[in-house]
Amino acid sequence: MMATTSADIANLEAIATRCRAHILRMTHRAAAGHPGGSLSEIDILVALYFSRLNVDPDKPKLEERDRFILSKGHASPGMYAVLAEKGFITEEDLSSYRVLGGVCQGHVDMKWTPGIDFSAGSLGMGLSFGMGTAIAARLDGSERSTWVMIGDGEMQEGSIWEAAMAAAHHELGNLTVFVDKNNIQNDDFVEVQMRMFDIPAKWAGFGWAVRECDGHDMQQILDAIAWADSITDRPAVIIANTIKGKGISYMENNPAFHGAAPNDEQLGIGLAELGLFEVGA
Amino acid sequence: MSRMAATRDGYGQGLLNISDDERVVVLEADLGKSTKSLHFRKQFPERTVSCGIGEQNMMLVAAGLAASGYKPFASTFAIFTERAFEQIRNGVARPNLPVHICGSHGGTHTGTDGGSAQSIEDLAIYRTLPNMTVMHPCDDVSAAELTRQCLDLAGPSYMRTARNKTRVLHENRIDDIKIGKGIVLRDGSDVCIIACGVLVDKALEAAEKLAGDGIDAGVVDMHTLKPLDGDLINRMAASTGCIVSAEDHSIIGGLGGAIAEHLSSNHPIPLERVGVNDRFGESGQAEEMLDLLGLNTGDIIEAAHRAISRKSN
Repeated sequence: MMATTSADIANLEAIATRCRAHILRMTHRAAAGHPGGSLSEIDILVALYFSRLNVDPDKPKLEERDRFILSKGHASPGMYAVLAEKGFITEEDLSSYRVLGGVCQGHVDMKWTPGIDFSAGSLGMGLSFGMGTAIAARLDGSERSTWVMIGDGEMQEGSIWEAAMAAAHHELGNLTVFVDKNNIQNDDFVEVQMRMFDIPAKWAGFGWAVRECDGHDMQQILDAIAWADSITDRPAVIIANTIKGKGISYMENNPAFHGAAPNDEQLGIGLAELGLFEVGA
Repeated sequence: MSRMAATRDGYGQGLLNISDDERVVVLEADLGKSTKSLHFRKQFPERTVSCGIGEQNMMLVAAGLAASGYKPFASTFAIFTERAFEQIRNGVARPNLPVHICGSHGGTHTGTDGGSAQSIEDLAIYRTLPNMTVMHPCDDVSAAELTRQCLDLAGPSYMRTARNKTRVLHENRIDDIKIGKGIVLRDGSDVCIIACGVLVDKALEAAEKLAGDGIDAGVVDMHTLKPLDGDLINRMAASTGCIVSAEDHSIIGGLGGAIAEHLSSNHPIPLERVGVNDRFGESGQAEEMLDLLGLNTGDIIEAAHRAISRKSN
């Protein structure tokens, strides 16, 4: 099931480009939301959902599905874009992002959106929940796996380290964490807000298998996923070096677009940069 | 002489009673010896998850298990569950996952550890969460039975248990114990004392002494604070005309608060609240704490007199 040909890679990249456009349109329409972190995570989400995760859009609650937990639950536009591309929700559903009664709540919510495995939005919670689903899989004697995505700023939450310690103690080889290391948090650069020092050493010190990758290089992401699958005696963490706002020039590495939507003009520029044009724009 | 037991022992027994259900998993945060989940751990280590001293993680590991079809029972001291309040709020209550939390050593009755260990606000804060069932049994029999009935709940629950032994009141009455239904321990026509936890026994003592003064006091064990048994409160309000609440908990937001909310909307009659009067506890023996904070038998008796005197004739 792992994509290896250049055609497969090109296909994944094309899906990611469409997802980037969804992210721009969703946040533009809502005039709110978190495009920066959605754009930094999106290549990893696409790689997981289109080459690795055993999930079925027609049976979103299938017991034997792999679990994916977006712990950085505010970066929901990226998640919704992938769910729409995968067929869990429709493209029309994407216009309900942040709208009263909408399928796409501001932060990802397991009670509102098919395909969402955990209601996140409050940082530092998803890894603990993922530890629970990983233990459940082990109790069931199941091969299903759990994948959790956290942000680098999110690692400032102490609860992440409670979970990291516990998951290693319990030798959860069926659990993998992706760190979307985009170096920016809400107020400013991570380096300014709270220096993280040696992130790989921190995880290794907590007993995890550690690997880094370029979070925008599809082949590197796929290789890292395969590596994580090969680690079965302890949890694995992939520190993905990413660029906040990746793919949209004025958003890239710009803290202003952590939690700000593009205006009309910016939407047009962004879609053009993706090689897409808004009808009527 | 009645049998003496602590509600935390009832929780430990309750877990054993439901251990045949393989969906039951137990989570501990280094206090299993105290909350009494250790008995389950010893018999079923493969279904027990040690979370170390990490309550925030524990609540969400439980949520992940619940979302995967398991029935997790997580326990620690009542006070330490509060450390994970937001995890419980956002990761358990909001997604309505059947995670069953037991907070032991609740209340000032817990004694000499002092104010840092005496949760007097747990019942109030968990009562504010949508989807949450909140319980505080008075003896080991009801604690074990309520633990068993948690398996029937579709959503989460919080149960406070106590450290110290008190008189067992529900021996051979398991059929009367139901989540959401108060238990009438004594009928009365002048005043009804509605109590929970360790103060239920004190309420019975108070009623016996009041009878000596010619006052006919009823006693209800309101082991479930949410959903509150409003029908029973209405019935007691109608038959007695005044109510006393009694709890080893702040007078703000707990059983007294819940009854006040109910009465003011449904049956406005005099209510006197016996509880911790908006202060923290301190080190002392259980009985000394009840005396110091105005929670003992004599205080309930005085409250009953006040409530009766406020009735308009």
